Amino acid sequence: MFRQAKWDEPTVFELSRPGRVGYTMPKPIEDVEVKIPEKLRRKSELNLPELSEPEVVKHYTRLSEMNYGVDSGIYPLGSCTMKYNPKINEEIAGHPGVAYVHPYQDERTVQGALRIMWELEGWLKEITGMDRFTLQPAAGANGEFTGVSIIRAYHLDRGETQRTEMLIPDSAHGTNPASSAMAGFKVIEIPSKDNGTVDLEALENAVSERTAGLMLTNPNTLGIFEDEILEIAKIVHRAGGLLYYDGANLNAVLGKVRPGDMGFDVVHLNLHKTFSTPHGGGGPGSGPVGVKDFLKDYLPVPLVGYDEENDRYYLDYNVPKSIGKVKELYGNFAVMVRALTYLKIMGREGLRETSEIAVLNANYITRKLKGTKGYELPGKELRKHETVFSAEPMKKETGVKALDVAKRLLDFGMHAPTIYFPLIVHEALMIEPTETVSKEELDAYVDALKRISEEAYTNPEVVKSAPHNTAVKRVDDVLAAKRPIISWRMYRELKEKGEIDI
Amino acid sequence: MGRHYLPNLPQKGEMLREIGFESIDELFSDVPEGMVKEFDLPEGKSEYEVFTELNEVLSGNKTVLEMPSFLGAGTYFHYVPAHVKYLIERSEFLTAYTPYQPEVSQGMLQALFEYQSLIAELVGLPIVNSSMYDWGTAMAEAALMAARHTKRKKFVVPRALSPEKKEVLKTYTAGPGLETVDVPWDERGQLDVEKLKEAVEGAVGVYIEMPNFFGLLEENIVEIGEIAHEAGALFVVGVDPTILGIVEAPGELGADIVVGEAAYFGNPMNFGGPRAGIFAVRNDRKLIRQMPGRIIGMTKTEDGKRAFVMTLQTREQHIRRAKATSNICSNEALVAVAAAIHLASLGPRGLRELGEVILKNTAYLKRRLSEVADVPFDGVNFKDVPVKFRVPYDVIHEGLLENGIHGGYYLGKHFPELGEAALFAATETTRKEWIDELIEALKEVA
Repeated sequence: MFRQAKWDEPTVFELSRPGRVGYTMPKPIEDVEVKIPEKLRRKSELNLPELSEPEVVKHYTRLSEMNYGVDSGIYPLGSCTMKYNPKINEEIAGHPGVAYVHPYQDERTVQGALRIMWELEGWLKEITGMDRFTLQPAAGANGEFTGVSIIRAYHLDRGETQRTEMLIPDSAHGTNPASSAMAGFKVIEIPSKDNGTVDLEALENAVSERTAGLMLTNPNTLGIFEDEILEIAKIVHRAGGLLYYDGANLNAVLGKVRPGDMGFDVVHLNLHKTFSTPHGGGGPGSGPVGVKDFLKDYLPVPLVGYDEENDRYYLDYNVPKSIGKVKELYGNFAVMVRALTYLKIMGREGLRETSEIAVLNANYITRKLKGTKGYELPGKELRKHETVFSAEPMKKETGVKALDVAKRLLDFGMHAPTIYFPLIVHEALMIEPTETVSKEELDAYVDALKRISEEAYTNPEVVKSAPHNTAVKRVDDVLAAKRPIISWRMYRELKEKGEIDI
Repeated sequence: MGRHYLPNLPQKGEMLREIGFESIDELFSDVPEGMVKEFDLPEGKSEYEVFTELNEVLSGNKTVLEMPSFLGAGTYFHYVPAHVKYLIERSEFLTAYTPYQPEVSQGMLQALFEYQSLIAELVGLPIVNSSMYDWGTAMAEAALMAARHTKRKKFVVPRALSPEKKEVLKTYTAGPGLETVDVPWDERGQLDVEKLKEAVEGAVGVYIEMPNFFGLLEENIVEIGEIAHEAGALFVVGVDPTILGIVEAPGELGADIVVGEAAYFGNPMNFGGPRAGIFAVRNDRKLIRQMPGRIIGMTKTEDGKRAFVMTLQTREQHIRRAKATSNICSNEALVAVAAAIHLASLGPRGLRELGEVILKNTAYLKRRLSEVADVPFDGVNFKDVPVKFRVPYDVIHEGLLENGIHGGYYLGKHFPELGEAALFAATETTRKEWIDELIEALKEVA
């Protein structure tokens, strides 16, 4: 039986004791006084905690023990591709040639770093069928913003100022419309058919001379391959729009199918999903963007170039119509190093086997769970890397919601799937097992979901009151939003006023 | 290769049979004919081969441990205590996703709450999000937020702004059509207050940095904030947080929004990334509702115990979609946690000492540089010092490199009015003998 560590760990502020230090500072070169103008000198209290190093280490070790990661067990968050993060990635990323290198160093002193970026770009080009990549975006959404900004710049450059609409399926990730809006587009939502794929008729009706592009995830967020993708591409291109590939789901077709061959013009990838770099509790990620040749002049600066004659890598700022920068410097380099390490180990056949097993695992769960009372499988049965069930029948018949199922799964030492997404499925449970979990873990996951179904129909309270075995009981997020306590400073103020009792 | 990551490879046939499929190809039968291709990629390699290969490639970089470097201009060589690195490599932190399930993610949530809290103490504002991508994107998002808040179309920034940040701002403001106006520096390298007064009318916000791009403390910062507020603009302060032990918190100086770089704590340079952008605002409901990014809040469990959870999510893309305050989803959580661990280790005394050591080392660098070149601006410098030379800077750069020293960041490209100038930087890691060697070398080449 799973029991998560439970430490009742105070905050660092509560652990503080006067006079303790957790560091040693080198001495200054010269002990001369440097006067800061009086009005700029810090006079306000600096309420930082005072702890020794062993206390700091124990505190954060205890906190880590109250956190569930990929290394703890199955973590099948749909659309997040929580695959195993190989340890060798960390080893390579920890090289002094990564950590202790300044981004403005003379190119001759950073040939290794530039080569890593050049090689990574080469892999990504072949994997996606694109002609040029920027590695600058820090995350998927930052990549989306880059991609749609490129689409915007392309149309403006051609004088097509009327192309102000971005088409986005209703099953899309929330970042798609948000990124498009940030780049100044009006978002037009395209409805999905009952089987979860794009409604071609609706798409035909939506395209016009105002269409800038269509953002698409393939396979889509139900894990269903858009089998009419070539027709979709034709419709969008005929209308003068461009096709954008959200790479969140690339793990489904990695090493088998290239977005470029499906007709996509712009692609973003998530190195922290498909290419095994760890998510770090929310980031850092890395969201490279690839484009077809006709869009390469719009990419952010700098690109990485290679002068074959002199065997020299360089930063290329000569990108005539560049949209500018989407992040400082060159992107999350330490993440790129990890991704390249992974790619080199996997190689051509390893990448293909990756998507094959990821798809096998998702279909295994689909078939094994299908027919279980309370869960319903919307859309087509054949899935790619993820599957979506609806707990709507369970909710109607027992009052147990997708949220309760998710919480109950935690009790078995398993992470919940993504819930309530995609929005087009009611009470959605979106499960993406990835290729790095074993058959036994899949069986155990299906068994747990079946057991929860049984409980829902016989003893629903045990599900509704879950979780029971985690570090804390169910957390009140309504209270958190109603009376925000965002920092220790706020907490102290409210506490002094007697307004809270936490 | 990479079979050691794929437990089910040997069970493939068995699993297919169990669920009624003949072959893997059948699982891909929905992919249009001819679309599945053989890729032109290298064969996989053993872990050992990749280990040796990439170690060799990375050894092709010359690190700042092997070569005294005076580069700064927004990226600095700070020392990261060993325990910080070990703690963030705890795989429960490292391999977790965004804490969507708070009951199994209390560790990351509390660590991020502590990050927000520590930054709140530093900057003097109580509302801090759990990170943006970096300082530059945080500043650009602050501009967009100010535009939403004031419904105007002009953002005022110093001309003395990092080209990186300027380019990011340009890209972020293109969509909403937000205009950016530069305010020049005066003869002392300070923001020209008179010119600001001319530029500020109708602005959504005024942005200024502590210290500015030339490493100088802006002496009129309070007055600049007042000018912004009188014009109905928000006052946005970008801060290098390593200075905040010795310089007043921007929240106390009138800032409505504070942005900055959290990765200066707890994180190595990593050739420029990852970083983590600070984003903090005043405790004002209207401002909070317009904030970008994830926020962690303290709350209770159903049995009344203290717990942490992501909160105020109705601002965010997964709920508001096209109407969200930002598209940001993945952020820089682990970078922020590293910064928090470093800050918790420094404490108030450590942060003050860090600021003082940097201040003194910078003063030494400035004094020595003035012996061999023209140091154009008086005032107090923190980390960066601009220096003007009589010969083209690339000649100096080459000369230094021949002496095994990496010089500063060339300013002439983006600030031609400064001539052959460069920014030289010092931090707590800079050693006296490096500076002395630098001066000796400059005597020869400058």
